[in-house]
Amino acid sequence: MTIVDPHASAPAPGIPSGGEAGIADVATAPQPLRVDIVKRFLRNPLAVAGFSFLVFLVLVAVFADLIAPMGFAERTQPQVSREGPSSEHWFGTDITGRDVFSRVVYGSRVSLKIGILATTLALTIGVMFGSAAGYFGGWIDTFMMRITDVFLAIPYIILAISIATVFGRSENAVILVLGLTGWLPISRIVRASFLGLKQLEYVEAATALGFGKGRIMFRHILPNALQPIIVYGTVSIGSAILSEAALSFLGVGPRSPTPAWGLMVAEAGAGSLASAPHILFFPGLAIFLTVLAFVLVGDGLRDALDPKLK
Amino acid sequence: MPSYILRRLLLLIPTVFFALSFLFFLFFVLPGDPAQLIAGGADRNPDPGVVARAAERYGLNDPVLVQFGNFWGRTLQWDLGESFINDRSVNDILGEKAPRSIRLAIWAVILEIIIGISVGLVSAIRRYSLSDKLATVGTAAAAAIPAFVLGFILQYAFAVYPERHNWPDWAQMKTSRLGPDAWTFFFIPAEDQWRYLILPAITLAAVSTALAARMMRGSMLEVMRADYMRTARSKGLSERAIVMRHGLRNALIPVITLIGIDFATVIGSAVLTETVFSWPGIGSQIADSIRSRDLPVILGLTLVVVITYSIVNLLVDLSYAWFDPRIRLGQGAEV
Repeated sequence: MTIVDPHASAPAPGIPSGGEAGIADVATAPQPLRVDIVKRFLRNPLAVAGFSFLVFLVLVAVFADLIAPMGFAERTQPQVSREGPSSEHWFGTDITGRDVFSRVVYGSRVSLKIGILATTLALTIGVMFGSAAGYFGGWIDTFMMRITDVFLAIPYIILAISIATVFGRSENAVILVLGLTGWLPISRIVRASFLGLKQLEYVEAATALGFGKGRIMFRHILPNALQPIIVYGTVSIGSAILSEAALSFLGVGPRSPTPAWGLMVAEAGAGSLASAPHILFFPGLAIFLTVLAFVLVGDGLRDALDPKLK
Repeated sequence: MPSYILRRLLLLIPTVFFALSFLFFLFFVLPGDPAQLIAGGADRNPDPGVVARAAERYGLNDPVLVQFGNFWGRTLQWDLGESFINDRSVNDILGEKAPRSIRLAIWAVILEIIIGISVGLVSAIRRYSLSDKLATVGTAAAAAIPAFVLGFILQYAFAVYPERHNWPDWAQMKTSRLGPDAWTFFFIPAEDQWRYLILPAITLAAVSTALAARMMRGSMLEVMRADYMRTARSKGLSERAIVMRHGLRNALIPVITLIGIDFATVIGSAVLTETVFSWPGIGSQIADSIRSRDLPVILGLTLVVVITYSIVNLLVDLSYAWFDPRIRLGQGAEV
């Protein structure tokens, strides 16, 4: 996560710091502000706890091969299924005799990959769309916002389910689905920031200097609009992981034997509840902790970037 | 105001038109061979005979524009199509299952309003206290737990475990299904029904309650800083009167809005919650239809959800003005 993004150091959207040397150079003093942000973030114990968990999770995902005692699709030989947690199988074994601990460990890769790639896709589309609508304004803006209205009229999960039903089941399809549905709120946020920022004098100055529209949009305005995008982007990774779990649970996510946490809960199903609750408990806990960590880090970032909001 | 309502209603028509057309396009044009999708999905290699039957039944051999016209002809007559699995009409399914979903949703909203608002209120008044901290962590947790995981946990703790340990009968909840389906006055459960209702209602309410509580806290903190609060205090009103009469009423506006906008979250959780508890409503029907690739039913129910959602959003927007007379809709004046 880019907590110490240099562009995020503008104290408020109203005050230009710009990323452009020569124009806003006088006004920029990013270093102390950046340190301030980190300090404020570190003062929030929940955010630090969330961030530590995410670091831990990334390490687990990177070193999954070393941590997991078995492969994610590998079955115990001889097959022991539905066995409770033991020293040999920390999280027990599932219905087909696979080691739940190994599957949860490998599952971190699936979740992080889907969460991060889907959010990147959503941010790319949302920022392009929102900044164009906000910068150009007029009928272009009206037209573009009507398009988002149409898609926002379809509840998120229904839209995701519909697209996933048609695209088939795979990790990439889920990334595409979540990216294609997740950009709508981002474009609204970016547009709102752009509408305010484009009227400021430094933008006028940049226009007077004859800079191109693309350069003004992405090098002058965007850096000042980054705060809400960073906060929303962080929380979105968590939401994407949650949605991936929901889609997997409903049977439109990745296929078995992909160790997606939501799929593991779905495969265990209500039938395991009485006899082997651990099969659903551990992947469920993994989803919960991961999403919670993203929410807490998002909250911490929001407070650290803009103390007024607290 | 009336002209605003009229304009919003007129805007609703193209929005819903394009949203539904998009879904039609998604289901019946984009897949390449929709007949194959209806007959079981491209992954399952359905029998060619079944595919041909599906194509004929849904007029999939017609040109796309003719299909599109027929789709709108049917939809405008409120004919939502037929299930490919058991030939039931979607209208029938809707009539049977919608009331159950609505009952569950009513209880979830009641829980959301009562718990969400009081937790947020206490959090704001006792800012930085232990209860505020607990509420902050608790609401973050409730927003992060997937509905299906929460549902299973509640089932285990309040139904499976008590049953196994022979708890007294009144303390045992039921894990799933509808129960006796007995109701007095539409949504008040009769007989044993409450045992079946209470866990899914809590599960459905969890996420939105957390969001409402967070919103309420923020909104109340904002209001507490307002000038009229200082005035009320200087008049010598009791703290209780200040909070309840002046603070709460003003702080509620954005929260009420959220509860309306949040309807989309409720729909999402309903699909998961009803599936976990085998509650036979619209949500679990959508999930079942996805599993069996029953395209006409998914599309039919989706249409209903989209239309309901748009109307709810309109009502929420209109309710702004009702809750806060300072807001004049449609005159471009932001107060």
